[in-house]
Amino acid sequence: MTSVIRIAAVSKRFGPSTAVDDVTLDIRENEFLALLGASGCGKTTLLRLIAGLEQPDSGAIFIGGDNMTGTPPYARPVNMMFQSYALFPHMTVADNVAFGLKQDGISGAALTARVKEALEGVELETLGTRKPDQLSGGQRQRVALARCLAKRPKVLLLDEPMAALDKHLRERTQLELMALRARLGITFVVVTHDQSEAMAMADRVAVMEEGRILQVAPPRELYERPANARVARFFGDINLWDAAAAPRRPHPAGIVAIRPERIHMSRTPGSDTVCEGTVADVAYLGTASTCFVTTTTGLTVRVLVRSDEGAPPFTPGERVYLTWPASAMMALDP
Amino acid sequence: MKPQRFSPAGVALILGLAFLYLPLAVVIGYSFNASKLVTVWTGFSTRWYGELLADSQLMAAARNSLVVALVSATLAVVLGTAAGIVFARFGKFRGRTALAGMIAAPLVLPDVIAGISLLLLFVAAEQTFAWMPGRGLFTVIIAHAGFTMAYVAVIVQARLKGMEREIEEAAADLGARPGAVFLHITLPMLKPALIAGWLLAFVLSLDDLVIASFVAGPQSTTLPMVVFSSIRLGVSPKINALATLIIVGTLVLLAAAAWIGRGALKMKTPRL
Repeated sequence: MTSVIRIAAVSKRFGPSTAVDDVTLDIRENEFLALLGASGCGKTTLLRLIAGLEQPDSGAIFIGGDNMTGTPPYARPVNMMFQSYALFPHMTVADNVAFGLKQDGISGAALTARVKEALEGVELETLGTRKPDQLSGGQRQRVALARCLAKRPKVLLLDEPMAALDKHLRERTQLELMALRARLGITFVVVTHDQSEAMAMADRVAVMEEGRILQVAPPRELYERPANARVARFFGDINLWDAAAAPRRPHPAGIVAIRPERIHMSRTPGSDTVCEGTVADVAYLGTASTCFVTTTTGLTVRVLVRSDEGAPPFTPGERVYLTWPASAMMALDP
Repeated sequence: MKPQRFSPAGVALILGLAFLYLPLAVVIGYSFNASKLVTVWTGFSTRWYGELLADSQLMAAARNSLVVALVSATLAVVLGTAAGIVFARFGKFRGRTALAGMIAAPLVLPDVIAGISLLLLFVAAEQTFAWMPGRGLFTVIIAHAGFTMAYVAVIVQARLKGMEREIEEAAADLGARPGAVFLHITLPMLKPALIAGWLLAFVLSLDDLVIASFVAGPQSTTLPMVVFSSIRLGVSPKINALATLIIVGTLVLLAAAAWIGRGALKMKTPRL
């Protein structure tokens, strides 16, 4: 696969703090890449570097094979949807969408057709004459999306596209974005702090922390084979133990990890019991419960028990026996 | 609920409005006074309006004042907007503090000081380059634009700070060059600030007596100067008539500004 964007050893500092620290990343053609990280990890800065709204202190950015380092934003074949949507408040919806096309010298019937097409793509064709402040949050987001897509960019950059939407709308928009990507065949780069959003939508996820990329991989690989403990912690729940203190010690040093759903818990000991303990707390989640078990060696183990695994449910204070296959354990760097 | 007729807030409002508008009402009332004495009411008459229009000195001064106010307000909007953009958008640069101080100086500098320093400058310029001999309307325009642009800069800067930077960035991202971003995005969004700034500059210029007295040439007496000097000879009811015309003119101007700006004022910052 060819890479549509190549970020080569890019760094960006703001005063004393380093927002992006020596990042190298290839974004492939037609892929849906999520930049995932806590706020302040540099993911938005990386997006702005690709868009040309910031210039790197060092390193280079290639878009479609051309070195675009130092190229101003208006000359880059990428478009960005801002977290605030940044709609032009003094223009109608149709004028907002037409703005980018006019900059390319498109006018007359061709302009009208492209605006109509873009608005139809987001099902807003009837609201073209409204002003942004007459729209709901979800509608505003779709105008921002249409405004970008009307330009037919090689790459669409989305900064926290769901942040301003409520949960219900968020799931629908996720599906719409994925359908849009499948239909248009363009590359999506999405910045998000929500790991479930990243896992649901992305082909690959780049996990960022303190300006560095910790790991880039498909969601399943990130979950099952995290590169280190920090990545593992970011994706779902996990038990992380110092290797020296871990039951069934597979490795002499470092950190061992096991996902709570890989541990089996029962009230009776078996030949394969790894350790025993007492249920300290139970958090009921609906389809499953998370049980916190304190082992006889003093370790706290998080165990996911499916609700249909057999009655009655575990209660705090019960004596339980834990087992798991040795293959479920992962050795991780800190 | 039955509205309370004499609520304390209502009384305070009436007193406040009376404090603000009673003097204007008195001036308008006395402008229709038949008597030659300003403070003695004898009967209704429009004779002072007629005498006002026949007074060539007052009319020339009024024309001077309007020309000065129109040109200097326009100049102040252009310069003040440029200054406001520099302060709101250019971040840190060498000399920023010095520039900020100089832009803000007219806001706090006594008019007498501003007037005398400008006069000295113009006299020195005349002696050195034979520029603006004897001074004229042009020197008043420069002086007024110089101090009113400070107000425009403050208004524009405040508006720009409240404006999301991302809106301009989005325009650039959509392919607009810096010039197009300014023309199609920044300027339309600044419209309310520009209108407000222009009106403020216009009114300040129209009102200024002290600075104009220093820098005006012999042929360029402005209205406040004539009015002020005429007071020493006893106020003529013509001045009341003139004041009434100015009040009416101002009201028309404000109504026009509100009508032009109605769309702009409705413009809200997008909710998040």
